[in-house]
Amino acid sequence: MNQYETVFIVTPVLSEDQMKEAVKKFSAYLKESGAEIVHEDNWGLRKLAYPIQKKSTGFYHLIEFKCEGDLIQRMETEFRRDERIIRFLTMKMDKFAIAYAIMRRKKMADQAQTQKVEE
Amino acid sequence: MANNPSEIRYLAPPTVEIKRKKYCRFRVNNIKYIDYKDPSFLKRFLNEQGKILPRRLTGTSLKYQRKIGTAVKRARHLALLPYVTDLMK
Repeated sequence: MNQYETVFIVTPVLSEDQMKEAVKKFSAYLKESGAEIVHEDNWGLRKLAYPIQKKSTGFYHLIEFKCEGDLIQRMETEFRRDERIIRFLTMKMDKFAIAYAIMRRKKMADQAQTQKVEE
Repeated sequence: MANNPSEIRYLAPPTVEIKRKKYCRFRVNNIKYIDYKDPSFLKRFLNEQGKILPRRLTGTSLKYQRKIGTAVKRARHLALLPYVTDLMK
């Protein structure tokens, strides 16, 4: 069971719930095909550094999951089939990447904590 | 006639550049993983046109320069960093 991290960009043309449905479709696909989702992160609407398919913004979404190696090929064909996804990148995480991700999540949690305390 | 060499006036004082010892910042503060997801950190290794700076300027070691390379290329693929631009900084 290796750990992978995939980031994909959803086209901004969709409405809010369509976008959520697109994201849910992929996490559901991963869950039902035996992957264990470690962490999900939605960066929301962001400006792209260069236009992709004539669009200059996109919804970024990150999924960190553990799964067998052969699932990646099938998942990526799913990405390619779905035309709402304009770009995706999957990466196998080595131990340094995993340690970095855990540390980053802890930092995010602390920041959320301090913000709540300030309010 | 200038009797000793010290009195020779240079036209312009020779600008001896202070030779600062370059060091690999990843080895020094022990950074093990370069994340392709935060462009602000990666921008330090790009010049104004968005090209990756060579090791002789940044002084990073070969191992981490390759990691920077892959991280920057992944960020470019995900449109977090531009492939080519002008006055990015």
